[in-house]
Amino acid sequence: MSIEVRNIRKSFGNFVALDDVSLKVETGELVALLGMSGSGKTTLLRIIAGLEAPDSGTVHFHGTDATEIKVRERRVGFVFQHYALFRHMSVFENVAFGLRVKPRASRPSKLDIARRVHELLKLVQLDSMATRLPSQLSGGQRQRVALARALAVEPSVLLLDEPFGALDAKVRAELRRWLRRLHDELHITSVFVTHDQEEALELADRVVVMNQGRVEQIGAPSEVYHHPATPFVYQFLGNVNLFHGRVEDGHVTIDGTPLGVGDATVQRNGGSKERATIYLRPHQLEIALSPGGGNEFRATVAHINSAGPKVKLDLITEWGGPVLAEIDHERFATLKLQRGHRVFARPKEKPRVFVYQI
Amino acid sequence: MALAPAMAPQQVTHPGSKIRAATTEPPSMRLLISAIALAFLGMFLFLPLVAVFSNAFAQGARVFLDAISEHDALSAIRLTLMTAAVAVPLNLGFGLAASWAIAKFEFRGKGVLMTLIDLPFAVSPVISGLIFVLLFGTEGWVGPWLSSHDVKIIFAVPGIVLSTTFVTFPFVARELIPVMQAYGNEEEEAAMVLGASGWQMFLRVTLPNVKWGLLYGIIICNARAMGEFGAVSVVSGKISGLTATMPVYVELLYNSYELAAAFAIASLLTSLALVTLVAKRLLAFSSSADLSEREDPATEKFAA
Repeated sequence: MSIEVRNIRKSFGNFVALDDVSLKVETGELVALLGMSGSGKTTLLRIIAGLEAPDSGTVHFHGTDATEIKVRERRVGFVFQHYALFRHMSVFENVAFGLRVKPRASRPSKLDIARRVHELLKLVQLDSMATRLPSQLSGGQRQRVALARALAVEPSVLLLDEPFGALDAKVRAELRRWLRRLHDELHITSVFVTHDQEEALELADRVVVMNQGRVEQIGAPSEVYHHPATPFVYQFLGNVNLFHGRVEDGHVTIDGTPLGVGDATVQRNGGSKERATIYLRPHQLEIALSPGGGNEFRATVAHINSAGPKVKLDLITEWGGPVLAEIDHERFATLKLQRGHRVFARPKEKPRVFVYQI
Repeated sequence: MALAPAMAPQQVTHPGSKIRAATTEPPSMRLLISAIALAFLGMFLFLPLVAVFSNAFAQGARVFLDAISEHDALSAIRLTLMTAAVAVPLNLGFGLAASWAIAKFEFRGKGVLMTLIDLPFAVSPVISGLIFVLLFGTEGWVGPWLSSHDVKIIFAVPGIVLSTTFVTFPFVARELIPVMQAYGNEEEEAAMVLGASGWQMFLRVTLPNVKWGLLYGIIICNARAMGEFGAVSVVSGKISGLTATMPVYVELLYNSYELAAAFAIASLLTSLALVTLVAKRLLAFSSSADLSEREDPATEKFAA
């Protein structure tokens, strides 16, 4: 079932949590709402669930307006950040809850409930824990119980609030892959909220980047990573070098030094002098010991970190700004780089330049 | 060194040394403080307790039994039980509603409501009684209207029930508000998303979570309702056999020099207090077991 939100606005007192947000999630899609805390992502999720009412705007499920439908009739599965398991009930009773509270007419028989619950517990690999209390489970197990409980009522959409937020890094990575497989099996339309870009990029079909109550960009993970639409997305996703410069007749200079980005696509709004912000990812920089064509700038190696899949270089540019570059180990060995060496840094691809008029 | 035995925990890490934790006092000081506390306890709590029971049985069990099975005594016991049976459920309903509203919703005047709940704690019970006399007495605001409709509140059972309810109404709410606030409403939200109606959510999620706090509140409320003297003595008119509750009846007996009977009834009230204390202790035990379970997710969140 598809989800669509149209022009949602929501404020809490003076704080604007959502400012005219529109979004469409296709049937069977797994979408991530990515943003920092306070970006409005959780509020949006709660509005979709019906736990919060928007000040204006509408929520549509499968094309029909569901804004007025009460939370208990929306048939959504919601996994809370801290799971919100019923602490006085066993794992079995937690999962069975949604079935037990159904109106008598549609409530399954005791036997059917038991069968369904055990099916779900097998799905989340917790069948042996059915009689335990939530307090006797680890964080990852609680998370899976919360998921089984949400799935018990056969929801048409699944909403997850920071599903891995309270887990340690290793369990988090495991659960993430497991959830992706589960989604591929069940094909249930899912939206999850996260502040972890890696999580969003790895898990989601599409990523919605949010900032200060607005949607910055919606797109596939590779699209938002490689073609960020706004300066915010650029900075938010992955490490990035940020340069403040000027554009003069299509050439970008920083403090009078030409950056040497050559034919960088500069959107020009008329006028010959413009302020520019240039973004370059560390892996987009090539490092050489000698100049090679002019499309480069000079820098000094300030620090080297070679522990990891790539070698990370902290460089200081001629104009004094710090720049981070990542090169592979082979290249590093060839260059025999050491602290204090003077090098030439060349953008491998066209950097993204955002231009403002002065 | 005399320090050694008392310092046992420190000795594990510093064998033979005189080092002690900064917050630990020397044994002589600890002994003195404990002695003061125990002496105080004995004089003001234990001694009176012994006195009540020894006086009650001073003239033998026979006299004791006669005293508590007399017509007026039975009537006082009945009236006390009846008053509690009305006041406690009323305050239970009120306490649940008030604590639910305060813990789960944001609304204007919340602070005022919380302050008002404490009003009966702040006002002397005698004044509470007087308020009801001024309201419902023959010279009071609604008294004339009531008497013209043949409704008797002051110097009658309704007045006793009303004033007892007033005096005891903070107890359940006061117990429940912090418990409900601590639990938050995530579990309630989870229940709603899963399709539970408001009533199902309350019965299956909210109530089980606060059950120990609730029982605790009921027990304390009940103890106070049965023991209330000040307000009741003002509104009841102290008619032995008609409007005298147990505490009032004790006073009546005492004033007419029937000491053995007075202490016999007093010993019943004291027993109630002891039972209450034991029940309270047991509940505190069960609820702290629940609380320690509850801390789990919080610590985990902290660790992550």
